[in-house]
Amino acid sequence: MATQLVKGNTAVVIGALYAGCDSFFGYPITPASEILHEAAKLFPPAGRRMVQAESEEAAINMVYGAATTGRRTMTASSGPGISLKQEGVSYLSGAQLPAVIVDVMRAGPGLGNIGPEQGDYNQVVKGGGHGNYRTIVLAPASVQEMCDFTIKAFELAHKWRMVAYVLADGVLGQMIEPLRFPETSVAPETDPSWAVDGTAATRPNVVTSIFLDFDELETFNHELQAKYAAVAAAEQDSESNRLDDADVALVAYGISARIAQGAVDAARKEGFKVGLFRPKTLFPFPQDALNAFVDRGGKQLICVEMSNGQMRDDVKLAIDCRCPVHLVCRLGGNLVAQDEILAKIRATAKKA
Amino acid sequence: MEKVIETRGLYKTFPRKGGSAQTATHYCPGCEHGVLHKLIGEALADLELQDRAVVISPVGCAVFAYYYFDTGNVQVAHGRAAAVGTGISRTKHDAVVVSYQGDGDLASIGLNETMQAANRGEKLAVFFINNTVYGMTGGQMAPTTLVGEKTVTSPAGRDPLQTGYPLHMAELISQLQAPVFIARTSFSNMAKLKQARQAIRQALEIQRDGKGYAFVEVLMACPTNQKMNVEAATRFVAEQMETEFPLGILRDRSAETPPIVRAESDYRKETLDRLLRLDVDHAPDAQPDPAAPTVKVKMAGFGGQGVLSMGVILARAACGAGKFTSWYPSYGPEQRGGTANCGVVISGQPVGTPMVAEADVLVAMNRPSLEKFAGETKPGGLLLYAAEIGEFAAPAGVRTLAVPALDLAKEGGNPRAANVAMVGVLAALGDFGLPEAAYRAALAANFAGQNKVVAQNEAVFALARQWGERHRA
Repeated sequence: MATQLVKGNTAVVIGALYAGCDSFFGYPITPASEILHEAAKLFPPAGRRMVQAESEEAAINMVYGAATTGRRTMTASSGPGISLKQEGVSYLSGAQLPAVIVDVMRAGPGLGNIGPEQGDYNQVVKGGGHGNYRTIVLAPASVQEMCDFTIKAFELAHKWRMVAYVLADGVLGQMIEPLRFPETSVAPETDPSWAVDGTAATRPNVVTSIFLDFDELETFNHELQAKYAAVAAAEQDSESNRLDDADVALVAYGISARIAQGAVDAARKEGFKVGLFRPKTLFPFPQDALNAFVDRGGKQLICVEMSNGQMRDDVKLAIDCRCPVHLVCRLGGNLVAQDEILAKIRATAKKA
Repeated sequence: MEKVIETRGLYKTFPRKGGSAQTATHYCPGCEHGVLHKLIGEALADLELQDRAVVISPVGCAVFAYYYFDTGNVQVAHGRAAAVGTGISRTKHDAVVVSYQGDGDLASIGLNETMQAANRGEKLAVFFINNTVYGMTGGQMAPTTLVGEKTVTSPAGRDPLQTGYPLHMAELISQLQAPVFIARTSFSNMAKLKQARQAIRQALEIQRDGKGYAFVEVLMACPTNQKMNVEAATRFVAEQMETEFPLGILRDRSAETPPIVRAESDYRKETLDRLLRLDVDHAPDAQPDPAAPTVKVKMAGFGGQGVLSMGVILARAACGAGKFTSWYPSYGPEQRGGTANCGVVISGQPVGTPMVAEADVLVAMNRPSLEKFAGETKPGGLLLYAAEIGEFAAPAGVRTLAVPALDLAKEGGNPRAANVAMVGVLAALGDFGLPEAAYRAALAANFAGQNKVVAQNEAVFALARQWGERHRA
């Protein structure tokens, strides 16, 4: 094992290299650009391909082409760029191609600003492009997880033949922390059962998302839904902290979860029975673990997010609105302050 | 309809199409897509490229090209074929990538992808079907529609004052340096068809040899949407289209162009470890130490004063000493001029929020930063500011020191190293519990490759540390 002090965006590229990612296609955008820079620096010396695409649309379609060959491939961007990529994400999903997309969220809508936000939740977790598709979404909360979840995203993308997102934010992209390097590197194999890579073995294959016949397309859509249900059953991941005796759970992902953890520790000192529930997967949303909290007698939830309750909607769905779900949020590039969370805890929770 | 001529490179029957007529294409009577399919298929077969070939079906009438080509097939979004082809050929160097696109697809919605892929000289054989009209969507005006030509969206004929002039794609692409081969062909008589056949073959030979970008524009009749019978449509191609879009080889550099050779992926861990300099830059994994304090440091100043790298050096020293640490900057436009600040947290336990709201230690390199952040320094904390800022009323309960960082830097031999001087003073007064060696290693790593600067900075650090020791409370 070895540790280096690394920027979050760099950790993504390190993870991608050790995960056996063959190619990176991207377009510059703050606060995700260092991923492009580091890929430009590190991919070619390892024989990997890096193309600065002419647009976000071109980048995601280069990913579509690289994914068609069955190799591991990725792109990275931020909100405005992700909006542009959505056409490609829909096609990738329709063609069941595996690919990894990293979204380092900034504040919107429109041009917004380059401060951190979590306002891409809906467009990433809920789809965003046309059609009834889902993408796997992993939510790192540290530089370590920027690397580890990128590796995991490749594993899941190829396991399920889906798009897998790493949904980060400007803080996680820009911050520096110690990174424990991966202990192994992966040399991925192409799956000749579906890939098209210019070989005799894959010559019979076709990658497409068009189904002219209505019933055929409906059947395909149902197959997709069945796959998503299987993903939901198998891949939920979350972390609970001080939840065992808690009445109130903060629910937060990404950098908001780290701030919320501070609020939990401070509130505990004041005598409030409060804990933190941190989703590590947003699709599938870790509803089983959250329901276990409510089943055990958890009384209230407080969502902490840098968006207008986009995640709260999923929390309510996950627990079927069985307890009150409050919201503490900041927008526009502002981080939620620990004191704002504490104030909500004081107003909501009972002392032990 | 039964086929009477044996075709090569295409499937014998078309089960992907479904329905009963498994040997008939989906194209309209009189359409020339079938002719082009045959010519491409025949060339792929003759050149023994079917295993290596990946044919890209576009959006347009050829959206179902994968019904027919006995090759690897991929269907893509409208206009994006050149980008998809880039992804394929960059990933699989041996693949022969064939992009088959109509005028709306290639010259309208996909114009950017088309031009940029051509300009990069991607290894693609691009077959551009120009029939001056959108087919699949029902006869709308295309970028190549002739002046005066009637379509459903130019019902009075294309008016250049409203909609401009026909795009000449072969000529546009011939403005670029990278393409190897550019031709415009038609099928309007047998002699031209033979020339087209040769151009198609040559474009694919260039792919076989991995030489780069080849573009073949094919002028084609679309009797259905041009609302003509086949004879009239063919005459339209010969008399009007070929006048607007002259036929010929616009460029052929295939003989003198060498193959493009690209590296293969190296997946070995040793390669990656070396690339990331793990042999020379590695720290121990952080070990939990609940007894160690959590110290939050804010550093602020003008952009260009080295404030951000001051923070990185401190975080690097902490990392090298096996501490948990984080560094978080103000980023973006603020970095480029204006003020810059960063927060560093050093702890014996995993760091919670990396943002520093209330600092245990503030380092201010200019007056605006000092005034902005002094009040956010915790009682009992430490405030260091650059001495040249001048007089400043210390906040209550905060140990405040004016540090002659610039003088110390000059004395050490590097006037640009005021930030290093501040790190030296922090090492003496900051109570981070980091060994001397960790700071020195951090300085060396931060300025790796600049041996002179490293030596100067070591001197600055040592002087500043001594200054700090002299000012211990």
